[in-house]
Amino acid sequence: MSVFNWYKFSSPATFYTLAGKLVPWFYAAAILLCVVGLYISFFMAPTDFQQGEAYRIIFIHVPAAWMSMFIYIVMAGWAAIGLAFNTRLSFMMASALAPTGAMLTFVSLWTGALWGKPMWGAWWVWDARLTSELILFFLYLGFMALQAAIDDPRRADRAGALIALVGVINVPIIYFSVKWWNTLHQGASVSMTKSSSMASIMLIGMLVMALAAWMYAIAASLSRVRSIILERERNAQWVAQMLEAEL
Amino acid sequence: MTMPQTLIALLRRELTLAMRRRGDVLTILFFFVIVASLFPLGVGPDPKVLRLMGGGVVWVAALLAAMLSLGRLFANDYADGTLEQLILTPTPPVVWILCKIIAHWLVSGVPLILMAPVLGVQFGLPADALWVLVFSLLLGTPVLSLIGAIGAALTLGLRGGGVLVSLLVLPLYIPVLIFGAGAVDSTISGLGAEAHLSLLGGILILAFMLTPWAVAAALRISIE
Repeated sequence: MSVFNWYKFSSPATFYTLAGKLVPWFYAAAILLCVVGLYISFFMAPTDFQQGEAYRIIFIHVPAAWMSMFIYIVMAGWAAIGLAFNTRLSFMMASALAPTGAMLTFVSLWTGALWGKPMWGAWWVWDARLTSELILFFLYLGFMALQAAIDDPRRADRAGALIALVGVINVPIIYFSVKWWNTLHQGASVSMTKSSSMASIMLIGMLVMALAAWMYAIAASLSRVRSIILERERNAQWVAQMLEAEL
Repeated sequence: MTMPQTLIALLRRELTLAMRRRGDVLTILFFFVIVASLFPLGVGPDPKVLRLMGGGVVWVAALLAAMLSLGRLFANDYADGTLEQLILTPTPPVVWILCKIIAHWLVSGVPLILMAPVLGVQFGLPADALWVLVFSLLLGTPVLSLIGAIGAALTLGLRGGGVLVSLLVLPLYIPVLIFGAGAVDSTISGLGAEAHLSLLGGILILAFMLTPWAVAAALRISIE
């Protein structure tokens, strides 16, 4: 078996082409999974006997919340790889992931509010999960604002990577402190933790939707990283050659 | 010079510089007092409400004051080139960074701790809660200086650095706020503050061990 040279793709030029080939596939997978997931969640999943039809928003809300946390960890992972191995592409991946992560965080907060109104009678409850999701949103914003404020791309990459790593160390501390704070204050007595009697079809719908969100996140960040590569490498020879070939 | 001598010299330098610019220190202290005094004007003078809020309000004000004081941590040394000289010295960066952070805490954190009981009295906190407030600030404000140093180092020389540092640092301050204000609250409600204070102490130890390295990395990124 021949050894596959993974390092080939750490060069922005080769990765640009690879990402270009992958993006349509991931978008297709995202759309397909989303259609299947929405069909399961709207037509196959039964109506919840306590929450009625309004519960169906969790098919958007929960996958968005999962992905928002997952993307932050992936982003910090790329940042760590970038700092450790000094690979430019890893930093570009980290900055390409941030807007998607922030968007999904926002979606999960927004749908959480829409769900909270019929369930808890309030748009916003200082529930532990909602609060830590809000703080996660702030962490994303801080990362993006820091990168936007620095003109030198090298410094922007590294500074962003460092704050992403500091953030990822803090996320569990923040989560547990918020949880502790919430239980002591006894603010919302309604817990989001459902009893274990969740119908398996609901779970399947949620998982399919989560996969759809995952595929979408990959597709969106790959196409974003392509723009970042082009922007950074605009003076490189391969970009000029590629543009000539296209013309 | 041996290491302790270097440390003492660095600490003295920082403190002398701070004493030469006493205005900066006082501005931050008065900011702390004013922010805390705005709350009763905003929510009304009901003593019951104020007593419930007091710990949290003083802590939020301390957070904001600590954040405002971060500008002084590295910016002046960066502007006049001292920071580059410090990086060139044989002393490991972590050591002099810790020195600067300790000096920063002595200058901007300790005055807040001393002023806090007065503000606590304004909010009608009982005596034992006042002691807990002081003690929680004693454990918590060094963490604010330590974590804040990362933000200050990353935003060195950037336009709009002051606002940016708040966006970076305030979310990371949240656990300190929760346990600090929680300690005061649980004293008032009779639960005892030991758990909160222990966790605050744990956070302090963790921050003390980890943040100087992060600050050193951040300074290297910002200065190269």
